[in-house]
Amino acid sequence: MAKADQTGSPVSWPSGGVTRVPFRLYSDADQYALEHERIFKGPTWSYLCLAVEVPKAGDFLVTSVGETPVVVARTQTGELHAFVNRCAHRGALLCLKRRGNTDGITCVYHGWSYDLAGNLTGVAFERGVKRQGGMPADFSRSDHNLRKLRLTEFCGLLFGSFDADAVDFESYLGAEIAARIRRVCKGPMKVLGRTTQLLPNNWKLYFENVKDSYHASILHLFFTTFEINRLNQKGGIIVDDSGGHHVSYSIMDRAVDNADYKREALRSSKDYGLEDTSVVDGVDEFGDGIMMQILTVFPGFVLQQHLNSIAMRQLLPCGIDRSELVWTILGFADDDAAMTERRLKQANLVGPAGYISMEDGAVGGFVQRAVRGVEEDSGLLMMGGSEARSQEFRATEASVRGFWKKYRALMDA
Amino acid sequence: MDARTGSSIVDQAVRLHVQDLIAHYVDVIDQDRLEEWPDLFAETCRYLITSAESYDEGLPHGVIYADSRGMLRDRVSALREANIYEAQRYRHLVGPIWVEADSETTVRARSHFLVLRIMHTGDTMVFASGVYRDRIDISRSPYRFIERVVVTDSHKFDTLLAIPL
Repeated sequence: MAKADQTGSPVSWPSGGVTRVPFRLYSDADQYALEHERIFKGPTWSYLCLAVEVPKAGDFLVTSVGETPVVVARTQTGELHAFVNRCAHRGALLCLKRRGNTDGITCVYHGWSYDLAGNLTGVAFERGVKRQGGMPADFSRSDHNLRKLRLTEFCGLLFGSFDADAVDFESYLGAEIAARIRRVCKGPMKVLGRTTQLLPNNWKLYFENVKDSYHASILHLFFTTFEINRLNQKGGIIVDDSGGHHVSYSIMDRAVDNADYKREALRSSKDYGLEDTSVVDGVDEFGDGIMMQILTVFPGFVLQQHLNSIAMRQLLPCGIDRSELVWTILGFADDDAAMTERRLKQANLVGPAGYISMEDGAVGGFVQRAVRGVEEDSGLLMMGGSEARSQEFRATEASVRGFWKKYRALMDA
Repeated sequence: MDARTGSSIVDQAVRLHVQDLIAHYVDVIDQDRLEEWPDLFAETCRYLITSAESYDEGLPHGVIYADSRGMLRDRVSALREANIYEAQRYRHLVGPIWVEADSETTVRARSHFLVLRIMHTGDTMVFASGVYRDRIDISRSPYRFIERVVVTDSHKFDTLLAIPL
């Protein structure tokens, strides 16, 4: 085992920069434990769910921050709260269903009950039975509320933080990232579906992958194979000042309208081409020509717009070498039937069976399997320089370097 | 309609043809004859992979969704020519088939399935279980799926779903 370096991180880095990333970061148990302390419970904001998933008074939903189970609930007065799904008494899980509606929450183990703000409201046999037993006279319920998270709602998205010192959410995002979330989350959303992908790799490998604009046209061959010319479009990446959040986008050439794309998709020199092009038949719904925007918020949130396919992805670590990717596929409340159908068809591009994303489910596992037991060696992140800055091209690893910049700022502290 | 009553009024010969169609379906997938898979569907059809949770909630999204045989052929050509995934195959086990009358030219069928995924490394896992909810065109031979909704018991998929269920 390598000794902790002077920074206090269990895995030591070969340099102060982020162009060489030790492989042990993906397999070290101490590192993983410290990530929960310093990242998931640290001064960060984690995606919880959508406000529309808990629309009514009494609605609750079970989600996670890191590996910690968290409940989001709406009180009778309509306020939203988030607290750890763990009884303050003996630590048992409280909500055993993923979603539901209730007046309050009662632990099945010893009957301690809580309101939907996470406050302890009742202790079974608090005064004992027949004057025997019971809690001590100085026992105060208000000292034993559930562990609460700070909760913020932004454009219908709910984020939570364990850290009282975390900066407010919009400052955390920075203006450019916030604007790019507002761009997509333009109105009341509607859930079209949910699915979860089990990833055979450390959570960081997926988050790096989704920030990695270098691999997109190399690993994912759907568009090139079917000669759908979307790759030489203008685009770029935005990395926020902290490095942790990013946007990668591409702009459709307005001279080429959708009918041309359709013809292009159908035309084939190699007898490839699609028989049914409706899967790539997008409309410019945001009016800015941006047909692809992938956005991440550190440490584990992805907002995706591929043509008209919109989804939230919540990345959850599940041990050193496992993670879960929780997909929520979305439309807007005012979509007409044709728009919903378009979104459903384009959803074939993404998710566990996605034409342009299925490889991402496996490639993290390829790294995980190859770095097992490795004490030496580092990965390289030199594409496009050594900085983690916004760039007007996508053949770069700047957003991935940004991830490590933010990661090191938290972990090496 | 009561499932038992429904099943009993469908002609034995029809039920045998339905059984053949479903057996043929798992055979072309498990024997890696995916090119034949779209031919088991009507030209205008509906193929959807969803989870029991989404199905019960009435959510329309599918992990895979196609509404034409062309889209099914595209799925196969993408798997053959474009998508990258480790070599793997499935073994489908399909339980007894309920067949219910639907119209002059169609029947509905329900059958339970278990799909094992066998990786090139030899690792085998239970990949999916669930129910096929079918609407089948019986007006011509061979029978074809007008609709096949694959309702998986779990909403979780391991790594990726390349080959159709």
